[in-house]
Amino acid sequence: MYQTTYHRASSVDEAASLFAKGSEAKFLAGGQTLLPVMKQRLAAPSDVIDLGKIKDLIGVEASGDTLTIKAATPHYDVATSDAAKKAIPALAYLASLIGDPAVRYRGTIGGSLANNDPAADYPAATLALGATIKTNKRTIAADDYFQGLFATALEDGEIITQVSFPVPAKAGYAKFPHPASRFALTGVFVAQTKSGEVRVAATGASQSGVMRVPAIEAALKANWSPAAIDSVSISASGLLSDIHGSSDYRANLVKVMAQRAVAAAG
Amino acid sequence: MSTVKLTVNGKAVAVDVEDRTLLVHLLRDHLNLTGTHVGCDTSQCGACVVHIDGRAVKSCTMLAGQADGADVTTIEGIAKGDELHPMQAAFRDNHGLQCGYCTPGMIMSAIDIVHRYGGQLDEATVRHELEGNICRCTGYHNIVKAVLDAAGRMKVAQAAE
Repeated sequence: MYQTTYHRASSVDEAASLFAKGSEAKFLAGGQTLLPVMKQRLAAPSDVIDLGKIKDLIGVEASGDTLTIKAATPHYDVATSDAAKKAIPALAYLASLIGDPAVRYRGTIGGSLANNDPAADYPAATLALGATIKTNKRTIAADDYFQGLFATALEDGEIITQVSFPVPAKAGYAKFPHPASRFALTGVFVAQTKSGEVRVAATGASQSGVMRVPAIEAALKANWSPAAIDSVSISASGLLSDIHGSSDYRANLVKVMAQRAVAAAG
Repeated sequence: MSTVKLTVNGKAVAVDVEDRTLLVHLLRDHLNLTGTHVGCDTSQCGACVVHIDGRAVKSCTMLAGQADGADVTTIEGIAKGDELHPMQAAFRDNHGLQCGYCTPGMIMSAIDIVHRYGGQLDEATVRHELEGNICRCTGYHNIVKAVLDAAGRMKVAQAAE
């Protein structure tokens, strides 16, 4: 790892001002992606600004029809949160599948969404549930937030403070994990909102990162059942292809994971 | 350079380290606690697992500065004098190791698993929960046996306290 200067911020405002002072600063949440990347010398921030101990950024709260997860809440705390399990069990389940237990104690939802790895789990839930991402500057709808591989609507120095998920009528998540990394070879989150809208998002499949799957949404809108997806055809065009799976294989996984997610959602 | 103040195995320490220092290197190189191992150095193998404020985390994927103010327990801190921790004793009795390199991380993760599940552990759960700890010798069979054995012993030990 190259030399860097570590700062622990005690508030979001302090973190933002530390960032502005650094020549090439990076925010550190749980560090489960940034630190491995720094160790490989693929990133060399001048300053690392730790958001992990900011009390205002930690916690899970349900109120009315919204579940709010503050940005520095570790995956383990989401997976075991009574509020999350009651409001959106599929989201708590998703959090329980990320990485391994040690990673789940450190990794955070804000870090996952800011990084926007094309095979990360949280982007699928955030997009399928139509969540709202709040930052220290504004609120961003999930539909506007994800902008491709590791690309988001966040501006330089902008800090995610919390993510608000509308509680759906039904939701489910299924993922085919890479056997070593536990990242999603393909993961699909399905949701039926309380107003009857169906939203489906797949992660790990597309070359452009998390994506909606309109063909499956239409099939489920007409008939919310795993069988409704049988006749859907998913194009392999634009899907990832690597030694772990071809784009055809992933196209099929999108269908199969969607079916399992609907079965789980009930 | 920064001074990191933390509690390691019950003892308060202050260590001057470069900001880029990983927690595992603070433990090994500055405190000579070499029981915590660096295996893969890519956050996958779990040989470096220690407890931070009671949670089993990978010390190769934390900056030393992130542990400032934390209560850290390493493999050196779990025995009571000459009396092995029940998890250590169970690994010995069940031959839950061969080369031993992964063992410190296995034991620290396994203690965390027993704390989380209490008496509700079964073989499938242990195998699933150990997914962040890699062993290249044993095939895991005796490790899983050891963790299940220790879960019983830790329950008895807890009841006796």
